[in-house]
Amino acid sequence: MGARHVWPQEGISRIPYWIYSDPEIYAREQERIFCGPSWNYVALEAELPRSGDFKRTFIGEKPVVVVRDQQGSINVVENRCAHRGVQFCQRHLGNAVEFMCPYHQWTYDLKGNLIGVPFRRGVKKQGGMPADFDPKNHGLRRLRVACRHGVIFASFASELEPLEEYFGPSMLALFDRVFDGRELRVLGYSRQLTPANWKLMFENIKDPYHASLLHVFLLSFGLFRADQPSKVQMDATGRHGALISWRGDQKKTEDNADMKSLIDNFKLQDATLLEPVREFPEYTVVMTTLWPNLIIQQQSNTLAMRQLITRGPAAFELAWTYFGYAADDEDMTRRRLRQANLMGPAGFVSIDDSEVMKFSQAGVGPYPEGAGVMEMGGRDWKDEQHMVTESVIRAFYAYYRQVMQI
Amino acid sequence: MNTAERYLTLNSRDLRLELEELYAAYTACLDEERFEEWPEFFVEQCLYKIVPRENFERGLPLATWLCESKGYLADRVTAIRKTAVYAPRTMRRMVSGLRVLGWKEGVLEVRANYVALETLQDEFTRVFNTGQYRDKLVADGGRLKFKEKLCIFDSLLVPNSLIYPL
Repeated sequence: MGARHVWPQEGISRIPYWIYSDPEIYAREQERIFCGPSWNYVALEAELPRSGDFKRTFIGEKPVVVVRDQQGSINVVENRCAHRGVQFCQRHLGNAVEFMCPYHQWTYDLKGNLIGVPFRRGVKKQGGMPADFDPKNHGLRRLRVACRHGVIFASFASELEPLEEYFGPSMLALFDRVFDGRELRVLGYSRQLTPANWKLMFENIKDPYHASLLHVFLLSFGLFRADQPSKVQMDATGRHGALISWRGDQKKTEDNADMKSLIDNFKLQDATLLEPVREFPEYTVVMTTLWPNLIIQQQSNTLAMRQLITRGPAAFELAWTYFGYAADDEDMTRRRLRQANLMGPAGFVSIDDSEVMKFSQAGVGPYPEGAGVMEMGGRDWKDEQHMVTESVIRAFYAYYRQVMQI
Repeated sequence: MNTAERYLTLNSRDLRLELEELYAAYTACLDEERFEEWPEFFVEQCLYKIVPRENFERGLPLATWLCESKGYLADRVTAIRKTAVYAPRTMRRMVSGLRVLGWKEGVLEVRANYVALETLQDEFTRVFNTGQYRDKLVADGGRLKFKEKLCIFDSLLVPNSLIYPL
């Protein structure tokens, strides 16, 4: 890394702006983070209930296909023909007995083995592959796969710890809180392209400080407020984090006098949007960020996986998969669908985030020499019993710097 | 003859003219950002949804935007005006290819294509969203109003955020 890639001497209480726009940093992230020893979220098993069901998705920016084979196992393969690199699978979801690249019809089974090469023996004794061409050496590259309670993760790395160890005990407990083994039901998809660096999305969900200030909608209804009971938690490495809160009352107090956007008289005309029922023990909201590409959203009764897909240094796609449980009754499903109005590209709350992330990129992109100040709640990182902190972001960058060697 | 009957007995040309007028008034209301008037195009018990085509085709119930009553539409307007933080923009909507499918038990079914063009600062105007309206209208208080309006959009990716109605 060149001289312009020197991290400020203050350490993780500063975030240099070149990390959000530099193409070299972006390339290094692809290599070390998304293709490195990390478990990347790719799909829910509920999306692939039958053999042959597949899902086309991405890890970082690399296209992959997740598929359930005839034996019922989940495989994840590169979406890139072993012959000339064509991205052979073009549908988001579907069912196949085999994959055939349209260009020269190389054909693969659902485990990625090459099973057909047209004209392999030539035509009329002319051409053909060399006699020692062995299809066994030319299958699709397979990724390592780990599934837990219906959630599928994959890794390009040949060696890495088991998924449960990778999460660590505290994150695993939060994961199992939502994914407790019950069968899931997919409620639908939402996708948005945000013109901002992918890390800004992670920072946003690791930042409880902004939520009680930016999101007037949330704080007007007491859904998330700086003065309500809350905490932040991380794993031992700092790479994963969770913002946890539970509902407080919503009177204006001295403590929240700084929250200028509080509107006292704001009432919904149709209150059905905000009629949650207690579903999970203890907490109302748990937003978990799992390194390097997943946000698990449990905001009251709305549940979603938000998958981060990088699209160059200055853009990312956020692919939302909303879900419930197969055993949900109609009322619960309706509740989940109503509360989904809070989130997504048109979410009462999420709109603020996607717009502000765009503003962030518009500020940090042209000023790579600048640095962000990250001192709320101290300069180190640790679990806290409140949300007036940027501890979780500092933890993320402590780990990021190790992985990136910057 | 009450208004509902009047609409039911309109010949197809006159009905089409009524609808052309209605859709022009609807898009003008939104293009001119008179959002407070927008709920008035709907009856009290209405359904307004913006849905990605992939969910619609797979029968998945999730909407990107869901309003289940006129009050709900008004709440969206409050959010646009008072709570949401977003960059300045203008949006222009085009409705074309109006198809009148006909009356069924006092409900008029209409389909049309729509395009919403978005203009942001420092950027050229772009196609923000395009798709099909699948609407159900009823005669209410002397005019046709939406009982149901589904906006099924083609591009699965939303360019950042969807703030104004379609």
